[in-house]
Amino acid sequence: MTNYSQLVQLALPEILVVATALLVMAIDLLALRRRGTRVRFAVAAALASLGCAAAILRILLAPAQGSLFDGMLIANPLIHLVQVALLVFTILTLLLAVDSTFTGHVGEFVLLLLTATAGMMFLVATQDLLVLFISLELLSLSLYTLAAFSKRSRQSWEAALKYYLFGGMSAAFLLFGFSLLYGFANSTSLPVIAAAIHGSALNPFIAIAIVTTAIGLGFKIAAAPFHFWAPDVYQGAPAPSAAFIASGSKVASFFIFFQLVAIGLAAAAGTAALPHIVRGWVPVLALMAAVSMLLGNLVAIRQTSLRRLLAYSAVAHAGYMLLGIVAHTQQSLAALLYYVITYALATLGAFAVIAVVEDQRGSDRIAHFDGLSRQAPILSLALAVFLLSLAGIPPLAGFFAKFYLFATVLGSTPHPADLVWLVVLAIAMSAVSLYYYLRVLKAVYVTPPAAEARPIHSPILNQLLVLLLAAAVTLLGIFPNLLLHPILAAIQSSGL
Amino acid sequence: MLAWTIYISFLGAAALLLLPKTSVTAARILALLTALAGFALALTAFLQHRTGEMLPIVDVPWISSLGIHYHLAADGISLVLVLLTGIVAVTGILFSWDIAERTNEFFAFYLLLIGAVYGVFLSADLFLLFVFYEIVIIPKYFLIATWGSTRREYGAMKLALYSFIGSAMVLIGLIAAYVAAGSRTTSLADLAQFHFSPHFQMLAFPLVFVGFAILAGLWPFHTWAPTGHVAAPTAASMLLAGVVMKLGAYGCLRVAMVLFPLGLGPWSHHVLGLGSWRDVFALLAIVGIVYGASVALVQKDFKFVIGYSSVSHMGFILLGLMTLNQIGLSGAVLQMYSHGILAGLLFAVVGRMVYARTHTRELAALGPMNLNRVLPFAAATFVIAGMAGMGLPGFSGFVAELMILIGAWHAYPLLAVGVGLGIVIGVAYVWRALQKAFFSDSPTEPAAPPHHHPLPPITLPEKLGAIILIAASVLVGIYPQVLLNLIVPALNSPLFAGLRTGSWQ
Repeated sequence: MTNYSQLVQLALPEILVVATALLVMAIDLLALRRRGTRVRFAVAAALASLGCAAAILRILLAPAQGSLFDGMLIANPLIHLVQVALLVFTILTLLLAVDSTFTGHVGEFVLLLLTATAGMMFLVATQDLLVLFISLELLSLSLYTLAAFSKRSRQSWEAALKYYLFGGMSAAFLLFGFSLLYGFANSTSLPVIAAAIHGSALNPFIAIAIVTTAIGLGFKIAAAPFHFWAPDVYQGAPAPSAAFIASGSKVASFFIFFQLVAIGLAAAAGTAALPHIVRGWVPVLALMAAVSMLLGNLVAIRQTSLRRLLAYSAVAHAGYMLLGIVAHTQQSLAALLYYVITYALATLGAFAVIAVVEDQRGSDRIAHFDGLSRQAPILSLALAVFLLSLAGIPPLAGFFAKFYLFATVLGSTPHPADLVWLVVLAIAMSAVSLYYYLRVLKAVYVTPPAAEARPIHSPILNQLLVLLLAAAVTLLGIFPNLLLHPILAAIQSSGL
Repeated sequence: MLAWTIYISFLGAAALLLLPKTSVTAARILALLTALAGFALALTAFLQHRTGEMLPIVDVPWISSLGIHYHLAADGISLVLVLLTGIVAVTGILFSWDIAERTNEFFAFYLLLIGAVYGVFLSADLFLLFVFYEIVIIPKYFLIATWGSTRREYGAMKLALYSFIGSAMVLIGLIAAYVAAGSRTTSLADLAQFHFSPHFQMLAFPLVFVGFAILAGLWPFHTWAPTGHVAAPTAASMLLAGVVMKLGAYGCLRVAMVLFPLGLGPWSHHVLGLGSWRDVFALLAIVGIVYGASVALVQKDFKFVIGYSSVSHMGFILLGLMTLNQIGLSGAVLQMYSHGILAGLLFAVVGRMVYARTHTRELAALGPMNLNRVLPFAAATFVIAGMAGMGLPGFSGFVAELMILIGAWHAYPLLAVGVGLGIVIGVAYVWRALQKAFFSDSPTEPAAPPHHHPLPPITLPEKLGAIILIAASVLVGIYPQVLLNLIVPALNSPLFAGLRTGSWQ
């Protein structure tokens, strides 16, 4: 019985989030049914944010540590840090959603957002294949529905259907891989699997498991060639859903991807040093990273819709971040977390700006951003901060993230020359990326506004959110210690 | 105090953005005051610090877990270039007094660029230097794309991409050096003392050197320069040629050559008669000198003449660096200063004094306008600037080019002939441009094209700017010791020890 009281202790933040979700749903349906969408969104978002904030407080003030049922549910400083980041992204998404008008089903929308958050929190807090898969499915199913939430928009349906079909397939691959691992190790616990693989040569079962795992999680992080859903979902889904898929869910997926391969498949790593490749998951992920960087950056050049451009740039960024997994050291985990968190902040901010422009000018075509700087100077400045951070221009967070990631990747291996080809490719490709980010900023700052363009009115909450995110991206770039110290300290005390 | 050159420029830029859009005059005055304050700080430091050794400014831990410090310091070379930045910044604002469209944004980008340039010259930490170096790219793009002329968006994007590709190469080299030295420090002085393996230096040196040299207009990576200069508004071309190209040359000297001196050493075998990276880059520099001058000789567009002359003059700097002897290196730094001043002056004459009034830069169209009579001040300024650019005694260009020539004569007697050729062609293109643009004996002289609006006279800010630049060049031309007293001790400082013991001649 003590185990169950412990379970409540450890899972209290998740329980808080789920309880809030049900509460919000109930209040919205019972009390606010007849009110306007705006009021309902404001109340629901406020309540949900409070719930998330309570969960954050619980994690920060009374951190419970421990591991239950052979690692099915784990709590340590590192996991807490990631969970806090996830909750913060949920709150930011809720703030972004307050002013939206795409749906009348407010309670359901917020409920799904919170269940997705609970799914992510369980996802990062486990070292067990079964729990991992279930929480991943909880996350995915919530996200599919969130993507389809704009019932009046055909694009939204199409996006959600594509997302669902590709997602279902990749989940099948993942489950197949997990079943092979279970069959091989007779356990679903990652450390046990690692011990079972250790000492045995790379057999076909493990090889297949590696490939299917890479497919399943590669889909979640939108790495090429499993990225086909991303452009449609980024474009079709309502702005808050797309922002959430692009930010919070990326953080969780990258973290669990790292855990899964670095802990569970530690003995089957192999190396990606050219030309002496040793088989394992490292060369598979290195190849995925290289393809993502090339494809994402090159295809992004041709995009005319800002959302699709962000989708392809997400593929490219997934490629850079995969380097952090390929290197699989403590430092590279720190670099990966710093990268994915600052990346998520910038992407979320970009979606917040897109939401306003779309609302006022009808679409996210880059041509519709013409002359934005003269109509909405603050919004434009913020967009410039987000895009330049994504491009990796100092002093913004994206620059330090790239520098630190590449430095740790090069420094990770006993022979620094091993991964040099990947780092060179990554830096070369990020030089390419400046072109398409600058193209957007050219429309914003250089091109004169269209004659009939009306002034842009952005809601005050949205302006605050955008400013907050831009300030965060700038501050984290100038003082990386603000985020880097907690990450390093958490990794130190959790021992990976 | 010197650190405030950076902060004051950034603060000025921020203040300009907060100004109401309509207060054009206030924006100009605020920008001028900011630039003047930066110049005053630079000049004070320059006058107070007469020994040329490393002058510490700030050193605080920044990102401690990576060993990155916020470390600013200035030696003689930095001081010379900081002073140059101050002069060009002030005169650039004087020459853009006529910017009327989105004035405060223009000057905000301008000051942002200036602040970052100060930052590069003052950084003593490699990471910090790179941060400032990259900040330069973005304002440069917007200055050209928004306020430029001929094919401005193309020119701006080309420049931004060339710069970014160059800095990507530098970044690869920096990360590699940081990791190879144990991931403990990014301090320039500490890394310069680390003994990187000769094999590593042989690979890293060309990467970082070319990365920086792209911005210094090294042939054949110079093609951004003419299009960028031509597209840019006057002040931006002045900055571009005056200080931004110097950033590249400064990076070559301060980073590539200081960190990887053995990369300059001989290869184990000769390829096409070239025995080291040093030979390769010296040859490219000379090709740049002769090529730039020859192309300038046949241009129809006045600004292209100056654009290509910049490529030619930057070739002198790179050649001076590759001589690896004291006189050649000092000459290279002196040429950075000299070309910064003179290119600024030439672009000011062409872009502001002539083009902004006549709205054409076609040499053939300028001829019949009898500019020597209509705009005598512009003509006189161009004559002086042209003479200085040709390298006539009494101007800074003469001393600098002479020193580089002597240095090159010691290092590469055969190639020095090429330099001589470049100088001769240099005289020719200046002469040609001068005659076609200002002193053309047009047959239709009495019936000069009717001007509905007679050309407005040269304004006071323009005269002031021109006089400052001419004075800055003549002063150094007459008494070069004023800069050399700072440059030579800096080259003899411990920072350059690896270069001196490794491959100095």
